[in-house]
Amino acid sequence: MDFTIRIQAEPFDSAAETAALTRGRAEIGAVVAFTGLCRDEGGRLAALELEHYPGMAEAEIGRIADQAASRWPLLGLTIVHRFGRIAPGEEIVLVVTASVHRQAAFEAASFLMDYLKTQAPFWKREHLKDGTVGTWVDAKEADDRAVERWR
Amino acid sequence: MKLVYFAWVRERVGRTDEQVVLPDGIATVADLVRWLKGRGEEYAYAFENEGVVRAAIDHVHVKPEARIEGAREIAFFPPMTGG
Repeated sequence: MDFTIRIQAEPFDSAAETAALTRGRAEIGAVVAFTGLCRDEGGRLAALELEHYPGMAEAEIGRIADQAASRWPLLGLTIVHRFGRIAPGEEIVLVVTASVHRQAAFEAASFLMDYLKTQAPFWKREHLKDGTVGTWVDAKEADDRAVERWR
Repeated sequence: MKLVYFAWVRERVGRTDEQVVLPDGIATVADLVRWLKGRGEEYAYAFENEGVVRAAIDHVHVKPEARIEGAREIAFFPPMTGG
């Protein structure tokens, strides 16, 4: 099974990525696409800035993808993670999983997102509407708990 | 050995990366952190809360007790907030 993993500053098209993964693949019976968006935090936020660790980001996401592929019978997998400045409403991350049946596709997508949030080397900082640079976003305990349930 | 820093660890240390020559007796990541904290107040500030700052050796997450012998690049960074 070949993965597509991309780390990029540019926006991506979730529908086009999903179509590319499933095109001509009649054995696929289920495809799940999760897109994480930048929200405006009640109108406070002008943008998120995502810093990443080039080289390790690709390597770590590859290891997470390998784990998913060893746990679920996936027929296709695409992960795209953006870095740089991202405005509210824009997409940040995409996970597309394909399998014969829905359960594997759903579970693998959920697993991948839990691991991406806590293990992939990306850090978010807020830029506020009043022009100030806000704080680095704190890691959430809920995200650590979410990853624990897969262990 | 190359050290690299990210996010608020980078800001507190005041640099993105540096080459260091380590004295004898620095065997683990925890030893390295202890040595860095003695180099100046910016390092002491970056590593003030033991256990918060994460480390990676050659692009792989490691724990404080990991041995650093043979490492090309060691990274320090806050808990991750991607996705």
